[in-house]
Amino acid sequence: MTLAITGKVWVFGDDLNTDAMYPAFAMKMDPPEAAKHIFYEVRPGWTDQVSPGDIVVAGKNFGLGSSRPVAALFTELGVAGLIAEEFNSLFFRNAVNAGLPAMTIPDATTAFREGDTGTFDLSTGEWRNETTGASGSVAKLPNLILDIIASGGVLPRLAAQGYLPAELGDLLRSSTVAIRGAGSGA
Amino acid sequence: MSMTIIEKIFARKAGVDGVSAGETVVVDVDMTVLIDLQFATMWIEPLRIHDPDKLAIVMDHAVPAPTIKDAAGGTHARKFAAEFGIERFYDVGRHGICHQVIAENGLARPGEILACTDSHTCAAGAYNTAARGLGPAEVYSIMCTGSTWFQVAPTIRYQLEGVKPDTVSGKDIFLHTANEYGDAANLNLEFGGPGLASIPMHDRRTIATQGAEVSADFSTFEPDEVLTSFLHERGVTGYDAAAPDPDATYREVRHVDLAALEPYVARPGTVSRNGLPVSQLGRQRIDQAFIGSCANGQLEDLEIAADVLRGKTVAAGVRLLVTPASQAVYREAMRLGYLQDIADAGAVITNSTCGACFGYHMGVVGPGEVCLTSSTRNFTGRMGSPEAQIFMASPATVAASAITGYITDPRSVTP
Repeated sequence: MTLAITGKVWVFGDDLNTDAMYPAFAMKMDPPEAAKHIFYEVRPGWTDQVSPGDIVVAGKNFGLGSSRPVAALFTELGVAGLIAEEFNSLFFRNAVNAGLPAMTIPDATTAFREGDTGTFDLSTGEWRNETTGASGSVAKLPNLILDIIASGGVLPRLAAQGYLPAELGDLLRSSTVAIRGAGSGA
Repeated sequence: MSMTIIEKIFARKAGVDGVSAGETVVVDVDMTVLIDLQFATMWIEPLRIHDPDKLAIVMDHAVPAPTIKDAAGGTHARKFAAEFGIERFYDVGRHGICHQVIAENGLARPGEILACTDSHTCAAGAYNTAARGLGPAEVYSIMCTGSTWFQVAPTIRYQLEGVKPDTVSGKDIFLHTANEYGDAANLNLEFGGPGLASIPMHDRRTIATQGAEVSADFSTFEPDEVLTSFLHERGVTGYDAAAPDPDATYREVRHVDLAALEPYVARPGTVSRNGLPVSQLGRQRIDQAFIGSCANGQLEDLEIAADVLRGKTVAAGVRLLVTPASQAVYREAMRLGYLQDIADAGAVITNSTCGACFGYHMGVVGPGEVCLTSSTRNFTGRMGSPEAQIFMASPATVAASAITGYITDPRSVTP
């Protein structure tokens, strides 16, 4: 998994909680169906508009709430990474553990407008708005965390370390198995 | 090196002399708790795990199984527990909401680290434990390896002063602070001070649990004699509690005068900067009232509800749901007559489970309805329809409101 991503950004506001991204009724569904309910109430129809490789940019306190594996649902939609002005730490960890690149940029929702193309390099902490030319950098994450993201999340690492059947290694990089294999949380 | 409670526990478990905010540490985890949802759908059994004695499994979110998927999860959990020799397996019948089961069985020990798949794991901070919710994949990983990493966040200290009035609960203290100070993302909360002695353990647990709702990392209480005696009664011994150093570094110290507080309510959507004293709310009718969850389904919460409801009747047009936090709480509340009083008033008493709190399998609210809940979250859609409104208050306020049919200050309802 690459630590540098480029894609079209979708811009959202503050305080998007996990019930807005993975509502309880969707927890009864298989991951591909559940993923169609991300932002079901705050922006109906968004999951039909987002394309593989797109990037979600959010404001403050992104992902407040449950331990539900929401990050893996974003991967299911093909979202390439999550950017926020501030992450809830449980939500941030879920992204890391699902192998989904996540970067905190304090002025993200002013530096990017919806539809802009953004480049984000976790390995250096540098970002650039390819549409406007604006750019900046943030503190690089510890290598420990970058390694988990680069491995595709914790489950492929566990397979490599002999805790899970080795033949599952590649399969475990898929979002569907990441959710199904380790179950859900709340 | 001077440290906060969390820094002190991290340093111990990382095997270093000291840690401070901004560092990333790798720590040994003392107890890992899996919940039923972890096993639903396509559970992959590990080849090996770190230590079966440091693992517990609690069936709580969706029990008895409401869907075939959840039933299959139960089968996976039973098979895994048997094959790997997991003795701390709290299956349906000796189950409860994981944070209640953790407390009842002494799984959360002062000065230690506890990881669990539920986001309200910070509840065990009431017992001076560094506990927090982690995603299912990470908890799975800790089960295998016995360790994980944390980025050490700055700590906010709540310095509690004065004496808590009997008419004010942990819920009211939490709702007051959430309204006053708002979110605490990427920050730890630490509670202590001279007022702590007047806050009983069940109220501390409500406060610690709801650290999740203000987005905090860890939410931890100072150890004191009230805690020591609580643990002694449950046979928990041989621990090394972590008290903060007097000159520890805090991002901010917030003073709370407990004597000045009164019953609080949060308006729908969030608890953060969205509450007010019940006495100032104005007339707000309700359709459903709920008392339960890891925050407020404790024995003392049911005692308070029974005291308010005894000899009264739930208002026409209102449904009152009461969910004991565990099978042990259920049995004790039954033995003490609380459940009789609550049911006689017209409430529905459910089996112990997370239930209506997370809108998955019972007691969901419909479009246009108003719910007053004593549980954990008032997010839009949390308890059912996104077109329902969820207010949040203490068990006493919910019970009083169920009687009148509108959100009511419990001090105005005569026992």
